[in-house]
Amino acid sequence: MSSVAERLSATGTANALELRGITRLFGALAALTDVTISVRPGERRAVLGSNGAGKTTLFNCITGDFLPTSGTIRFFGEDITSFPPHERIRRGLRRTYQISLLFKGLTVVDNVYLACRGVSRGRFSLLRPRRGDAIRAAAESLVEAVHLTGVRDRLVGELAYGQQRQLEIALALAGAPRFVLFDEPAAGLSPTERSELVEILTALPRHIGYVIIEHDMDVALRVVESVTMMHNGRIFKEGAPQEIEDDPEVQDLYLGGGHG
Amino acid sequence: MTDIPVPAPAAAAAPSASGLPAWLSAVHPAWWILGFLLLFMPAMAGDFVLVQIFGWSFILGMIALSLMFLGGYGGMVSLAQMTIAALAGYMAAVFGTSSVAEISLGLPWWIAVPIALSIATLFGVVVGALAVRTAGIYTIMITLAISAAFFYFALQNYEIFNGQRGFNGIRAPVAFGVDWRAPVPFYYLTLALAAASYLFVVYVGRAPFGLALQGIRDNARRMAAIGYNVTAHRIAAYAVASFIAGVAGILLTWQNGQISPGTAGIPAVIDILVIAVVGGLGHPIGPFLGALLYALLRTFALDVFSAFGFESTRFNLLVGVAFLVVVLASPDGLVGLWRRWRDRRRPAAKPSGGHR
Ligand SMILES: Nc1ncnc2c1ncn2[C@@H]1O[C@H](COP(=O)(O)OP(=O)(O)OP(=O)(O)O)[C@@H](O)[C@H]1O
Ligand SMILES: [Mg+2]
Repeated sequence: MSSVAERLSATGTANALELRGITRLFGALAALTDVTISVRPGERRAVLGSNGAGKTTLFNCITGDFLPTSGTIRFFGEDITSFPPHERIRRGLRRTYQISLLFKGLTVVDNVYLACRGVSRGRFSLLRPRRGDAIRAAAESLVEAVHLTGVRDRLVGELAYGQQRQLEIALALAGAPRFVLFDEPAAGLSPTERSELVEILTALPRHIGYVIIEHDMDVALRVVESVTMMHNGRIFKEGAPQEIEDDPEVQDLYLGGGHG
Repeated sequence: MTDIPVPAPAAAAAPSASGLPAWLSAVHPAWWILGFLLLFMPAMAGDFVLVQIFGWSFILGMIALSLMFLGGYGGMVSLAQMTIAALAGYMAAVFGTSSVAEISLGLPWWIAVPIALSIATLFGVVVGALAVRTAGIYTIMITLAISAAFFYFALQNYEIFNGQRGFNGIRAPVAFGVDWRAPVPFYYLTLALAAASYLFVVYVGRAPFGLALQGIRDNARRMAAIGYNVTAHRIAAYAVASFIAGVAGILLTWQNGQISPGTAGIPAVIDILVIAVVGGLGHPIGPFLGALLYALLRTFALDVFSAFGFESTRFNLLVGVAFLVVVLASPDGLVGLWRRWRDRRRPAAKPSGGHR
């Protein structure tokens, strides 16, 4: 057992996320090399980095979509390194996917209902929800919060791209999230949809922290207080948004590299 | 919950004009007609049609329904459903009464039937546990392998399964003052159980368990990422499906009065897949449509064939061709055919939610 001191951060509470020495190999390719990151509860952070930097792989390790080759992951002090994904989700971790993973044969409201039910009891219930069911009501309000009420009964496979992205976010906000990982939520969205996204993110209750992968600096820097730069599977720089933006090395590598 | 404002729950549905409860008046008139026809069928049809066509269709339909539940809702095509049904039939013979007195324990039906169903369900759970980590063609292969193994085991085991002779003299019991082996009571017994299984599968399709199963079909990885234990859910689906198949297996044994390895032979296993696919995996009614077509063809194809002067031993060809025609005309089976016909009549209809 690690010491209590190790489990607690300087402020006296455990970090929301505590990654130590995470390495992930795909055959000979090191997608992540010795990544160490701490994120405080309620902290909002952007992860930037060029294509193939290992950002999505980092998320996959945190949520357990696949396991890191080595290293440890703590979530609010608890070692979740080898937990199956659903156990991590039930502890308040959430994520969205870069390429939407939705239930295309079900309606919008059923998609969200499944997400709300997934983090509550009664997942195996053979009884249909009754009128006024709390989980059903929670799903309805989440559908409204991401502006999908107008298409609530449509099959998800029939939705426009932007609507699918919004649903993707709704699935990650179901229940009582403590920490959310957003994987390029703004990619492919129209300017209007982007500002709606920024609105949704800034409207999240303060205690919910998140990490957002975002190429668009305009979006990223409006919704975060800290930035982690990744390059070739390693942490390259960490700091406040302005520091990162002004850093000559970063500008060389990323901002000057024709990205955005 | 997040602090996102929670609106008032959707307003209660307005009471229907006719004063009937909403769910009752929501039932399409076609269902009333069908229900009426099936209820009064004994007044119109003879014993042969009641048992050999309808009873048999209901039974095969239930076994195919258990496949539809796994395949249509869960995306898991199991070829073990006929085998699980046969195991239940065997166990009813072993624990209940048959002509093979050396093996049958002769317990009353109300003990033998629950035991048989429990064993079949448990076996289904084991099959599920073996199969759920595979996907697609591998699920088909592993369940087919299990079915083949069961067939050869039953063929060669004399202590429990009585080898290739199996069991005969198995009869539906006399219970509650009714002789259930008589054609009309047996017809109603199969009708009631088929209708119950059908309604159960329809109902569960909109309950958390069934919705989650459809979520797993659409995207298992995302289901894990919203908090579901996908493996446990899939195995539970096998348990539910196996219970339905088990009930049907016992009925089949009562109907035939016998059970032998051939009941679970590879041709029978494949027939269930054909019935489910031809009927359509998109809705629980599909397996019953497929089963009715199958029972009609198997019963009358021979007559049709000899009427046209063909060699009667080739009548299976007609069965095969008929099924081929359905699948070619409609990849999603008779259900799909009907849906397209309905959508053409109501072009402005709302997209169908729910099952697929
Ligand atoms: N499942 C996998 N199997 C093999 N290689 C993979 C797998 N997932 C990612 N990789 C490789 O790992 C490296 C990092 O990929 P990752 O998806 O994490 O990058 P990213 O930073 O998210 O990039 P992008 O901005 O394009 O989304 C890439 O070289 C990628 O090809
Ligand atoms: Mg990525």
